[in-house]
Amino acid sequence: MSDLQSQDYIRRSASTMTPPSARNHEEEVAKLIDVSRCIGCKACQSACMEWNDLRPEIGHFEGSYQNPADLGPSVWTLMKFAEYENEQGNLEWLIRKDGCMHCEDPGCLKACPARGAIVQYANGIVDFISDKCIGCGYCVKGCPFDIPRISKTDHKSYKCTLCSDRVSVGLEPACVKACPTGAIMFGSKTDMKHWAGERIDELKSRGFDKAGLYDPQEVGGTHVMYVLHHADKPSLYSGLPDKPRISPVVSAWKGVIKPLALIGIGLAALAGFFHSVTVGPNEVTEEDEVEGERALREKENTP
Amino acid sequence: MALTRREFIKFTGLGLAASSLGVLGFGASGEAQAAAVRPFKLTHATETRNTCTYCSVACGILIYSMGDRAKNARSNIIHIEGDPDHPVNRGTLCPKGSALLDIVHAPTRLKAPRYRPPGGTEFKEVSWDFALDRIARLMKDDRDKHFMTQNAAGTTVNRWTSTGMLAASASSNETAYLTWKVARSLGMVVFDNQARV
Amino acid sequence: MTNTWQDIKNANLVIVMGGNAAEAHPCGFKWVIEAKIENGAKLVVVDPRFTRTASVADYYAPIRPGTDIAFLNGLIRYLLEKDAIQHEYVRAYTNAGLIVKDGFAFNEGLFSGYNEEKHSYDKSSWDYEFDQDGFAKSDDTWQNPRCVINLLKEHVSRYTPDMVSRICGTPQDKYLHICELVAATAAPDKAMTSLFALGWTQHSVGAQNIRTMAMIQLLLGNIGVAGGGMNALRGHSNIQGLTDIGLLSNLMPGYLNLPNEKETSFDEYMKTKLYKPLRPGQTSYWQNYRKFVVSLQKAIYGDAATQDNNWAYDWLPKLDVPLYDIIKAFEMMNSGQINGYICQGFNPLQAFPDRGKIRRGLSKLKFLVTMDPLDTETSRFWQDFGPQNPAKSAEIQTEVFQLPTTCFAEENGSLVNSARWLQWHWKAADGPGQAMSDIWIMTGLFHRLRDLYRKEGGAFADPLLNLTWKYTDPNNPDPEELSKEMNGRALADLTDATSGAVTKGGTLLDGFAQLRDDGTTASGCWIFAGSFTEKGNQMARRDATDPREQGIAPNWAWAWPANRRILYNRASADPDGKPWNPAKPIISWNGMRWVGIDVPDYGPTVKPSDGVGPFIMNAEGLGRLFARDQMADGPFPEHYEPMESPAANVLHPKVSANPVARVFSDDRAAFGTPEHFPYVATTYRLTEHFHYWTKHALINAILQPEEFIEIGEVLAKEKGIEQGGWVKVSSKRGEVVCKAYVTKRIKPLAVDGKPTHVIGVPIHWGFTGQARKGYGANTLTPSVGDANTQTPEFKAFLVNVEKTTAPAA
Repeated sequence: MSDLQSQDYIRRSASTMTPPSARNHEEEVAKLIDVSRCIGCKACQSACMEWNDLRPEIGHFEGSYQNPADLGPSVWTLMKFAEYENEQGNLEWLIRKDGCMHCEDPGCLKACPARGAIVQYANGIVDFISDKCIGCGYCVKGCPFDIPRISKTDHKSYKCTLCSDRVSVGLEPACVKACPTGAIMFGSKTDMKHWAGERIDELKSRGFDKAGLYDPQEVGGTHVMYVLHHADKPSLYSGLPDKPRISPVVSAWKGVIKPLALIGIGLAALAGFFHSVTVGPNEVTEEDEVEGERALREKENTP
Repeated sequence: MALTRREFIKFTGLGLAASSLGVLGFGASGEAQAAAVRPFKLTHATETRNTCTYCSVACGILIYSMGDRAKNARSNIIHIEGDPDHPVNRGTLCPKGSALLDIVHAPTRLKAPRYRPPGGTEFKEVSWDFALDRIARLMKDDRDKHFMTQNAAGTTVNRWTSTGMLAASASSNETAYLTWKVARSLGMVVFDNQARV
Repeated sequence: MTNTWQDIKNANLVIVMGGNAAEAHPCGFKWVIEAKIENGAKLVVVDPRFTRTASVADYYAPIRPGTDIAFLNGLIRYLLEKDAIQHEYVRAYTNAGLIVKDGFAFNEGLFSGYNEEKHSYDKSSWDYEFDQDGFAKSDDTWQNPRCVINLLKEHVSRYTPDMVSRICGTPQDKYLHICELVAATAAPDKAMTSLFALGWTQHSVGAQNIRTMAMIQLLLGNIGVAGGGMNALRGHSNIQGLTDIGLLSNLMPGYLNLPNEKETSFDEYMKTKLYKPLRPGQTSYWQNYRKFVVSLQKAIYGDAATQDNNWAYDWLPKLDVPLYDIIKAFEMMNSGQINGYICQGFNPLQAFPDRGKIRRGLSKLKFLVTMDPLDTETSRFWQDFGPQNPAKSAEIQTEVFQLPTTCFAEENGSLVNSARWLQWHWKAADGPGQAMSDIWIMTGLFHRLRDLYRKEGGAFADPLLNLTWKYTDPNNPDPEELSKEMNGRALADLTDATSGAVTKGGTLLDGFAQLRDDGTTASGCWIFAGSFTEKGNQMARRDATDPREQGIAPNWAWAWPANRRILYNRASADPDGKPWNPAKPIISWNGMRWVGIDVPDYGPTVKPSDGVGPFIMNAEGLGRLFARDQMADGPFPEHYEPMESPAANVLHPKVSANPVARVFSDDRAAFGTPEHFPYVATTYRLTEHFHYWTKHALINAILQPEEFIEIGEVLAKEKGIEQGGWVKVSSKRGEVVCKAYVTKRIKPLAVDGKPTHVIGVPIHWGFTGQARKGYGANTLTPSVGDANTQTPEFKAFLVNVEKTTAPAA
C-alpha cells in the first residue's frame, strides 16, 4: 500500500488531530486549468474515468455537449460549456473543466461529521476516505463549489482525489497527463502561480484586459486554480462562484432544520452500512445547539 | 480514542455536523485508522509501446498489462496512457485515445467467426475452417465465371471486377502489403480504402 | 502533411479552414497552442460553425459550406492587388513566369476543351508554350500577358470582396480582416500554416479547394519553410500507409499507377511515366519510375518476373475505367455487377453516402465478408433493428461471414502518420476468443484459393500460383519479414556507379537510390526503402532528440521518403541557398553541399547556381500556380456550387456546379431542390468519437451518448424546435429522427442577400455498440464524387428540418 502516512495529513474531518508539523518542508501541489487553451475535448473526463475505473450510466443528449449531465458519484470531472455573447456581440464559447478545487480551507472537510472520512494532505490534496464516509451529505452542503455527490447505491460521497494514488508516487493526475493542449498543468503551487502569471500577461497582450487567476482567498486559496480570460466575472463560466463561501452548511444547521436533518442522517446511515457500529442516543442536546451557534458566529465574524 | 464532542467542535470550528453525528454515536466508533490513498496499480504491470489506433496524429501510447509475461500468467490489458517520450503527443491523449482500454475490451469485440445463410435471421458461430473454405469457394466460383483475360480489342487485361474489397485504414503496413499482394494476384480492381471517407 | 506536427509551433499564423483540428486531432492541435504561446502566432478559423477550434481562435469567420474556393480566390485577388506576395520566391520557385499556350481560355464557367456529352475536358490546351527543345517558354519580367501570373490575376479578378461575401455569406469586414492577417506572412521570415482535412476534401470541388490554398502558400513563399506548408491532417491511423502502399483501385505501392488497358505493353506503360524535364538543367525524379516498377514486380513475383516476360507486366490487372472507387462499386452492386464484397476493417453501411443505396447494394450481393474486431453495422445490414435499420432478413439472399480480428494492441507492425512517419508498435496481449490477425486470415484465403487452383484449374491463375511467399511461417507471416520485403533487398551484388561501394546480394537496401531496373533489386514499396535496413528496424527508433527544438526529431522512427521530415525543404532557402528565415533554417548551402537539420529534398551536392528548381517531382521543377493537365476540372480553381445548393452560381448560372464532378444518373435523380429542402447541411465528427468505432467503447458512449443535429437559434425559433427536443431531418434520400442542439454557434448567413440556414449533422451513431441507436448521417448524404478524387460530397447538401416526437423504440 502506498499510504500517505499520518504524518502527511494536515487535517482530518471530525477529529481533534493536531497537524503533525515535523514534515514542514513538503511542497504544496496545484493543478492549473487554463481555460483560454482548453478546447473542451473531454480528454480529462475520459482519462479520469479510465484511470479511476469509473463508468457512469450512458445518458441522453440534453441540449449541450455537457455529458454526463452532471457531476456524480462516478463523474469526478465534467466539462461545462457556456455560449456567451460578449459586449462586442462576438460569440465566446467558455468551456470549463469542473471538479473538486481542493481548497486550502475545505468546506467539505469542515462539515464532515465522520471522523477521518475527509482528510487533507500536506501537499494540499483533499481526499475522501470512503470506508469512513457515512453518506450524510454534509460535505455537499459544505462545499462552496457544489462538487461532492452521494451515491444512491452505496450512500457514500465521491469526488476527485486529484489522483492521490498517482501523485503519491510522483506522477501527475490522469487528467493533467492526458490534456492535449496543456490546458491542465500540474506542479508545485508556487510554480503554477508563476506560470499563471505568464499566461495572464499573454492573454492581456491579446486584448483580454480582465484576464486573471482564480485562486479564491475566501477558501484560503485552492489547489485547483483557473486562468480565466474574464477573471472579473467567474460566473460566466457555467456558474463558477464569484465569491465562494462555506457558510451554507452552517446556516442550514439552525433551529428546526437540525432535528429533521438528523433524522435524514440516521436513515441514510442505518440503511446504508452502519449495522455494526454502536448507535448512540439519537437526539440533539442543548449543548450541541449552543456550540453550533457559537461556531457559526465565529465563522461569520472571521474576515 | 474517546474525544468529546466539544473537542470535535473546537477542531473543526464549525462542528455542528460533527457534534450531531456524535449524537448518532460516531464519537464512540473507535480508533481512527490511518487513511490510505489507493495503491498505485501499475507498479508491476508490463509496459508495451504502441501507437494509438484512431487518427493519423499517431500518438505514442503505453499499454499496461497484468502479469509479468510468465508462462502461467495470461496477460490482460488493464490501462493505456500516453507515451511521454513521443515527440508529437508527449504523453497526452485525446478523449478517444484516453479511452482505448474500452475499445480493447468492448463487449462487442468479436470472439468467433459467424455465418448467416441466405434468408437467415440470426448469425451462428462457425469454425474458421468452415468460414475460410466457404469464402474461398465462393471467391473462386465467382472469379472463374467472371474473370476477364482479354478485352474486346484482344488486349490482355487479367482483371476481376465482380468481387470487390475494402481494405482497412487502421491496419498495419504489413497487413496492407500482404493484402495488396493477395488481392492483386487475383486480378482484383474494385479495391479501395478509407482515404475518402 | 508537408511538415511535421511539431513544426506547426514555428508558424506565425495558423489558418484552420476545411477542418476542425482541435476536435479531430486534439493532440496534434497542441502545437497550434504552442505556436500561439511560444511564437506569438495568431489562429484564424473559417468554418460554417463556431467549433471547438474556433473557441480558442484569435479570429473566427463563418462561411457557407461548399464556397471555400470563392473565399480563397478572393484572397489570391487581394494578395495580387496589394502586391502582398514573396516576390523572389514566386519568381524563382513557381511557374508564375511561364507562358501558357494560346488556346487556353476560360469562359462562362468552362475552361477550354469541354465536352458536354462526356462531362469531361480535352486538356490539350492547358499547357505551356514550348520552344524547339521542348522546354517551356518563360518571361521572367512577367510582361507577357500569357504569363501564368497574369492569367491568374485575370482569372481571380471577378472575386471582389463584395462577390466573395455574396457567395460565401461571410461578412465583408471579417473576410478582409483575414486577408490582412494572411498577407502579412508574405514576409520572407514569416510563415502561415494551413491545417485542413475532410472539410476540404469532401466536396465535388475537394481537390481544388486544397489546390487554391496551396497556390496561396506558394504566393506567400510558405511552402518548404518551417512553420509553413499544406498540412492535410488525414483520418485513420494508417490511411497514409494504405495510400502509400497503393490499396486503391488504380494504384500500386509507392504511388505507381496500375496500368490501364490502353497501355498494352510494359514499354507502352512506361512511355507516359518518364516525365521529361520541361526546363533546362531540371531533374525529374520520376525518371526512375522503371526501377521502382521492376523492383516491385521482383518483390511480388520473384524469379517468375523476368526481362523476358517484361517483368510479368501482363499479370497486373489492367483498368478499363480511371478507377473503381467506392461510389462506383456501390453503383455496380446496385445494378447486379458485383457478387462478392470483402470489408476488411471497414463499415460502408455507416461510411458511404446515401445509406439506402448502400443497404440495397449489399442486399444484392451473393456473399459479404467482414473482417473486423467489432460487431459492425455492415455485417448486420440484413437484420431488422427498427427504424434505424429496417431490413427484411428473409428476403435478403446474401451469405454473410463475420470474421473476428485482433486489434492494434494485439499485433506487431508499423503505421504511417500524416507526417509520413513510419512508427513500429508492439503486441501487448492476445486477442479475445478465436480472433485472428488480418495477416493470418488473408493468408488462409490465399492458401485455400491457391490450393483450389492447383487442384481444379480455373481462370488465369499464374499470378496467384507464382506469388512470392517465402516466409518462415507460411501460414502466418511475421510482420518484420513483410517490412523487410517492402524495404527491399539486393538480389545480386550491386556496385555503386560513383562510389564503387558494393552492396552484397541478399542484403537489405539502405534506400531507393540503390534500386535497379535490371531485376537485381526487389522492393515491395520503393518509398519505404530505408525503413528496415541491415542496421535494423528504423521504424522502431526512439531517439527524440530535436536540434534547436525546431520540431524535426530526425531520429524518431523513420519518415518516407529517405527519412525526410519537411517536403520541398529546398524552398526554405533563397536561390543562393541562404535560409529565408535565418532564425529557423532547415537546410542551407555551405559552398560544398546542402546541410541542416533535415534530409535535403534536393540533390545533396547540386549547386544553387545550377538553377535546378526546388520542386523536383514536377517536370518543370517549379510550384504550379497553373496546374497544366493535372486536374480534371481546370488548371485554375473556380467556384462551383455544391451539387445540392440553395443558390445558383452568381458567377455563371448556366454552369452552376462542377461540370466534371462524378455523378451517376440514378444519383442525379436523388438530388433535392431548395424548394423542398431549403437548408444547407454539413456533416462532421465530434471530438468524443472516432467514426463508428468508439460508440463501442463505453467511455466514449458516455461522453456523447446520442444522435443529434445542431441548429441555430433563429431557425429553431422559426420552426418551434426546442433545446434538446426531437426533430426530423430529411433529404431527398432519407430521414433522420434525433435530438436538436439549439445553438448560438450557427448563425444565418446572408447569401446573395438571402438568409441561409446551416444545419450541422454529426456522423457517429448507428445500431450496434454501446451508444444509443441512431440513423446515421449518411442516410441523408448524396452520392456525388469530387471530379479528381471521387470523394463523396458529405460537407454540403440540402435538407429540411421539422419538429417531431421520439421514434418508436
